[in-house]
Amino acid sequence: MSLVVAQKLEKTYIAGDIVVKAIQGVDFSVEPGSFVSFIGPSGSGKSTLLNMIGCLDPPTGGKLIVAGEDVSTMNRVQSAHFRGETIGFIFQDFNLIPVLTVAENIEYPLLMVQNQPQKKRQQRVHKLLQAVGMNDQADKFPSQISGGQKQRVAVARALVTNARLVLADEPTANLDSKTAHKIIGLMKNMRDEFGTTFIFSTHDPKVVENVEIIFTLEDGKLLQKSGGNHV
Amino acid sequence: MFNIFKLAIRNLRRYKRRTILTSMLITLGVVAVLLFISVSGSFKAMMIGQVTDSMLGHLQIHKKGYLASIDSLPLDRNLKEKQVVRVQEFLDDSKEVAAYSRRIKLGAMFSNFKETTNIRLNAVNPTREMLTVPMLVERIIKGDKEGLLTKGEILVPELIAKGMKVKIGDTIVLVATNKDGSVNGQSFVVRGILEGISGPGGRDGIIHIDDAKSLLRIQDNEISEIAIRLNNIEDMAKVFSRIKAALGPIKNKLDKPVFEVHTWQKLSPFFNIARMIDLMTLFIKIMLVAIVLVSIMNVMIMAVFERINEIGTIAAIGTVPNKILALFVVEGFLLGLLGTLIGVVISLVTIAGMNVAQISFDFGRQKGLLLSPTIGAGDVVTVAFIVIAISVLASLQPAWKAARMDPITALRHV
Repeated sequence: MSLVVAQKLEKTYIAGDIVVKAIQGVDFSVEPGSFVSFIGPSGSGKSTLLNMIGCLDPPTGGKLIVAGEDVSTMNRVQSAHFRGETIGFIFQDFNLIPVLTVAENIEYPLLMVQNQPQKKRQQRVHKLLQAVGMNDQADKFPSQISGGQKQRVAVARALVTNARLVLADEPTANLDSKTAHKIIGLMKNMRDEFGTTFIFSTHDPKVVENVEIIFTLEDGKLLQKSGGNHV
Repeated sequence: MFNIFKLAIRNLRRYKRRTILTSMLITLGVVAVLLFISVSGSFKAMMIGQVTDSMLGHLQIHKKGYLASIDSLPLDRNLKEKQVVRVQEFLDDSKEVAAYSRRIKLGAMFSNFKETTNIRLNAVNPTREMLTVPMLVERIIKGDKEGLLTKGEILVPELIAKGMKVKIGDTIVLVATNKDGSVNGQSFVVRGILEGISGPGGRDGIIHIDDAKSLLRIQDNEISEIAIRLNNIEDMAKVFSRIKAALGPIKNKLDKPVFEVHTWQKLSPFFNIARMIDLMTLFIKIMLVAIVLVSIMNVMIMAVFERINEIGTIAAIGTVPNKILALFVVEGFLLGLLGTLIGVVISLVTIAGMNVAQISFDFGRQKGLLLSPTIGAGDVVTVAFIVIAISVLASLQPAWKAARMDPITALRHV
């Protein structure tokens, strides 16, 4: 069963008299454990699509099923709960909470979103710290570590809740080439280790050459799918 | 490893200077309010104590209409013996009443054999009077305080003693007109000089009640007023209502009420000053509320604005709006709590310091009154509660804004 299914998906923004069709009748599906990227020029609708899959922005038309749930009908609180349980996010700017240490940043979703007991939290945080190779930096604050290390922490935070799907919007945009390769390799390893599905939106050829399925978007329409099954 | 409070504390520590400045502002407000309450409260309590314990008592009972014409000290509006007995029966049965004193108030001419002046007099039973107004003896600035006075003696008000140049042991003559119009004179020995205080009766001389009866040729036990002291002044309103309820229905032959009952508040102009102090306290509290409201709201609006991207992140990863609201409300709460705690500690230390320093002040003609500020736990708790509640209230609007923020818009914010 597909983890993400989109049918005639649409997103239209209306600002006064201006109507912008950001996504126009897109159909696609993503299988569990995939390593997928949406590519396309600026304004093609990559981020909009990712936001809709991540339940941050509801579709204005069509159907979007994520992990078996129709996310287009969820309200604000329901979608927050759904994200907390099912989806992990990795941001271009890392978006770590500056007042929390590396370990606390990773722990945050378990404590503040999932209300997991302390023992379980500690075990998960320890496991993820080891998995991303940040064990020796656990007590440092984000301001004390490098960009690559920050993105490792962000990967760990996205995976700590056993999320079935991780959405990464331009995850390597703020990293140098060498670090970017390492981060992509890390995410691939995580996919292999935890079976998590990764969906990217990117321009970065380093990401593109490493993903297994590529969806190309242009002007809100899906032009082609390369790798895996055809659209 | 952390929770909402820990996160809020970390965020407050992130902006140390702002946190310190805001807390200082709240601290300043709390200190100002608590010191004002303690100083004005102790001044008020001292003045009320002085008014009630050295002169008026807590309650007074007169014949109906007496108070309206008290300036002329009318003798034809005295309570008759039968009426006094009824009041006494009621007072003797009231467990809240500590003591009561029967008084005859009269006006007389005061002569030192060279000069004559008019004097207002309060004629009392010394034993009962000292039980009813125990601080009266403290007002004797010259002369023997023991037993207040005996028959044939007079306590002369300070101003008259100075003006008429009389000393302890001097003989003076009082001449008074009784209610039938006949004039009588009687000589007295000056037993003591009485300090004058503000308010009605504060500059009256004092003689023995038996002397007043003979001077005025009163045959029976008629009196001008009964002053009452309660065990606890807090019971005043309750006892006042009970006395009114008990004596109110008693009517004379013309079917008019016989008695009138008054609290010290009705009798002393100081009550208006006390009310003014209460009003000023209220204004100071309102200013404190404004300080806390503006400073906390300002800080929290800044905090939300500076952390929009962070709010977007925590919302995106699944933090529900209520928890985001709680994060910011707790920050405001902690700011208020910090300012309040420091303010309370500084205030208590300052109050203790003022008591050690024995600060004295003058009020009207009263010199060297000792300021002994105190503050009740109730006042501290009330002020602390107001500040903390306002801190939470002031945080609500920015916190609500943060909780309602669209995650995508917040994440795009630079």
